[in-house]
Amino acid sequence: MTRLRMRLPVPRPRLADLTRSAPLVFAAAATACAGNQAMFNPQGPAARSIASLGWLLLSVCVVIYVIVMAVAAWSLFRRRDAADDLPATATKLTRAVVAGTVVSAIILVVFTVSSVVAGRGLTSPTGAGAITVDVIGHQWWWEFQYRDVSPSDFVTSPNELHIPVGVPMHLKATSRDVIHSFWVPNLHGKRDLIPGQVTNTWIQADTPGVYRGECAEFCGHQHANMAFVVVAEPMDTFLAWIARQRQPAGEPPTDEARRGHDVFLQSTCVMCHTIRGTTAGARLGPELTHVGSRMTIAAGTLPNTRGHLGGWVADPQSIKPGVRMPANPLEPADLQAVLTYLRSLR
Amino acid sequence: MTARTCGCRIVVMAALLFAGCEREVRPFQDVSASAARSQKPAVTQLFPGTQPPAVGESPFQNNAYAMSEGKRLFEAYNCSGCHSHGGGGMGPPLMDDQWIYGSQPANIFDTIVEGRPNGMPSFRNKIPDQQVWELVAYVQSMSGQAPIDVLPSRSDHLRYGTPENARRAETPKQTGKP
Repeated sequence: MTRLRMRLPVPRPRLADLTRSAPLVFAAAATACAGNQAMFNPQGPAARSIASLGWLLLSVCVVIYVIVMAVAAWSLFRRRDAADDLPATATKLTRAVVAGTVVSAIILVVFTVSSVVAGRGLTSPTGAGAITVDVIGHQWWWEFQYRDVSPSDFVTSPNELHIPVGVPMHLKATSRDVIHSFWVPNLHGKRDLIPGQVTNTWIQADTPGVYRGECAEFCGHQHANMAFVVVAEPMDTFLAWIARQRQPAGEPPTDEARRGHDVFLQSTCVMCHTIRGTTAGARLGPELTHVGSRMTIAAGTLPNTRGHLGGWVADPQSIKPGVRMPANPLEPADLQAVLTYLRSLR
Repeated sequence: MTARTCGCRIVVMAALLFAGCEREVRPFQDVSASAARSQKPAVTQLFPGTQPPAVGESPFQNNAYAMSEGKRLFEAYNCSGCHSHGGGGMGPPLMDDQWIYGSQPANIFDTIVEGRPNGMPSFRNKIPDQQVWELVAYVQSMSGQAPIDVLPSRSDHLRYGTPENARRAETPKQTGKP
């Protein structure tokens, strides 16, 4: 595919094209403020205080920038005056410099205070913390573990974090290999995941919705394709979801799914993946007990459709080169059966 | 220094720099899965009639990335459960000079894929050929059977013991006794 793209003639951009596309670029930049995965579109208390601090810094700096540029332009175009060397002019200049220093100092103090105030609100949740989720970073996917009183009620949800609206979620983050960073721009700032150490953060969403998150610390080949979704939903929907996720996988519903189940357990899949309710219990790759219920596969890289799943199982290296999952040379009928089985795991 | 010698030095240094690029070609994928299957290695060098053309060395053999992937898989697939990081436990040690079933890459490939009596399980259809070759490369590295610039020099996790590239290179001995 890359080779094909390289062979195509690439038109050179002309100045007229650039000026024509400039409004488009600005429009795209502006939509980044409003859309998903955008820190200027806050949907939770922490993101809101970060966004207001960002707007304060941005607006003050824009005003200062404009003033400084205007003064610089004025000084460039102004003619030199005979009175410039007189002591009276020098005194006036000294006053201007003192005034500028005082104003800068005041602005810096305001910035410092507002950044401390914003930072205090980020360290811990404002309300009563209810639910704790372990966030584990892997190369290159996310594991979210919901703890419970009994270990048999633990829920593992790879690459999809469900949260109830309006409830702060306490996240205990760590990594299994290298340093990653957890970032959902709509909900909070970044938090690094450090191997052998637990870092704490929290998120809260005030409006239901699906928010995209990304790894924000370079972590190897597929860092750019290490994404996840945060699904914020009303409390009863969330409880229904978690009750469903607690269930082990049921019996395969059809004969083809039964065949897929058998192929899964007898081939390479079983070396890395878990499907609760079967003998597959390896913990190297994402758990697949409810893989059919997820929105994306391959850590937010592809939508979860049968076609994408088939391409992924057969040849993941052409989709995410360097990913830990190897190509699986299954017979076509076996591959179709595995897909039917995986899609039935809801 | 004249401009000419200076230019020569720059060219030589650049050539040295680019020579270093070749080592880190990372084979993410076997050329083709079916080709790998038909290249199933023979475990012996003896053939009836004419000698068949030699099977090319696997692209994962003397490759630092493939070897370090093999090291990761050695832990991931719990080889250490029996072979204990190569020192041996329930299974035989892999860092010494004793090779019960042969020290050639094809022999090690066979040991992993077919299994061996008295405990070594068969990983047939459970580990794709590419990863088996990576494991083969790593198993060879445990007793220093690879160039020193290819051998792993570090571990991803804290571990006692000498890194592979600092171990004594053993001379393989065939024992033939399981």
